[in-house]
Amino acid sequence: MFWNEELETIKASTLKNLQLKRLRETIGRVYFNVPFYRDRFQAINIKPEDINSVEAISRLPFTTREDILNNYPTGLLAVPRDEMVRVHTSSGTTGKPKAIFFTKSDIDRAADLIARCLVMTGMRKNDVLQNMMTYGLFTGALVMHYGAEKVGVLIVPAGPGNTERQIMLMKDFHTTALHITPSYALYLADYIKTKGIDPKRDLFIKRAYLGAEPYSEETRKKIEEMLAIDVYNSYGLSEMNGPGVAFECEMKRGMHLWEDNFIAEIIDPDTEEVLPDGTKGELVLTTLQREGMPLIRYRTRDITLIIPEQCACGRTHRRIDRIFGRSDDMFIVKGVNIFPQQIENVLMATKGVAQNYQIVLESLDNLTVRVEIARDLFDGNVTHLVNMQNKIVEALKKELLVKPKVELLEPGTLPVSEGKSKRVIDNRTL
Amino acid sequence: MKVKQISIFLENKQGHLLEVVDALAKAKINIRALSIADTSEFGILRIIVPDPEAAKKALKKGGFTFNENDIIAVGVSDTPGGLAKALAVLSEEGINVEYLYAFVSKAEEKAVVVLKTDKLESSIKTLKKAGISIIPPKEVYSL
Repeated sequence: MFWNEELETIKASTLKNLQLKRLRETIGRVYFNVPFYRDRFQAINIKPEDINSVEAISRLPFTTREDILNNYPTGLLAVPRDEMVRVHTSSGTTGKPKAIFFTKSDIDRAADLIARCLVMTGMRKNDVLQNMMTYGLFTGALVMHYGAEKVGVLIVPAGPGNTERQIMLMKDFHTTALHITPSYALYLADYIKTKGIDPKRDLFIKRAYLGAEPYSEETRKKIEEMLAIDVYNSYGLSEMNGPGVAFECEMKRGMHLWEDNFIAEIIDPDTEEVLPDGTKGELVLTTLQREGMPLIRYRTRDITLIIPEQCACGRTHRRIDRIFGRSDDMFIVKGVNIFPQQIENVLMATKGVAQNYQIVLESLDNLTVRVEIARDLFDGNVTHLVNMQNKIVEALKKELLVKPKVELLEPGTLPVSEGKSKRVIDNRTL
Repeated sequence: MKVKQISIFLENKQGHLLEVVDALAKAKINIRALSIADTSEFGILRIIVPDPEAAKKALKKGGFTFNENDIIAVGVSDTPGGLAKALAVLSEEGINVEYLYAFVSKAEEKAVVVLKTDKLESSIKTLKKAGISIIPPKEVYSL
């Protein structure tokens, strides 16, 4: 069954024409309304009319996350700020987040893509979706929420965490589908097992949508077995609406990327050269339908490949493979998204702490932060150190909403690497 | 009348104490008194040595995190109630004892106790007034 059969099964040649039409509209929109883009295009002597084929997109410059950060908060808007109805943010590598604005119709279109995804995986009006992603500034939960409403399913907006309560909600509301991160799904499956709950007998879950972090095929199989459900891979990023950019159909062989809304390219991240279908590289996306904040050739930093073959489900939109890696450093503990930057900010604001620190992940609900003490501030007083340790724990808990364990280390204990140091030691076996 | 004490930060990892003691042994530094204050996550080793400067040099070379501060060494009679008397006079003066530990060896018939208080100068005065002997650094280092 389809949400929008005509568009989902659109003929390749018709799709191409549609893409070109929308690409030209988008280019015109940013050229005339976004000084950042106009300057970029003028610098290389490109006018909107020069883009006369979809392939010509490769003549345009890339947009990077740094560009979004540098134009924070409203520098990339293509329509007046008053037309915006929502802003989402996504953590950047500096202190400021990336701000992504949506007009009312941007929200509506994002929700419509989610509706395609859900119906494609068998969701119907009588289903119950427990949304276990974080509601708030991140796109994950809210965009899914709006899409699920379009389909007409009952939404349980549970958010992440409090596993005992999650299970109660699943039982009481007969939850049939979960929207959840892979790490939390593993934790949940394990929790259900140790509590002696039989998912087949005691629960009603049929499927789960996993996204927001890369995970392996083994993890999918494990979760499917443990919960006796189908697991579908979901891909999205805040810069491109959040979830619903690409999604698996019932074949579970790669994610259909909605090409009437996005132009997908795969590039070599080093040479920036466009690579042919089937070759692994960095995914680059251009929005075709967004009016509030269109992005041209946005470098996602996600590594994948485009699957060239037709899918047996009948949808003509090409699929991307699961994300092999994400240079994004985000990790998840107890279902909460955490960026090393948040921890760094807290530590760097604490007196008595040296520059070097390490984040150690041993399990899905344990976070250990190892901190080097500042040599010159060591005064031999136990109470001072204990107070500092407690202060760090409390400050991190306030910032992350997860209480970490803090270990104080001798200065010089942690490895110092050149350039970007490896802050996160992930010892979890997914 | 104040004695130098060295406090060394001990990370919660196996063999760390040995590393410190080993570094001092290699520099031929004899530890006269020691104490370890610990929490579940880390510890602090406090030592009194005959030559604090040499000890600091050895610790610095070993890359350890340490700090030097002043304490007082008190000779209390090696009989029941000896320590209690010293603590009582300090308490009367409103002086807070942060920690104390004892020397390995004895001076004459007295047990030597290392005291760290929040007010070192007035502690010395108070103890002297009460007739409790303060052992000068020179003697302490050679104990």
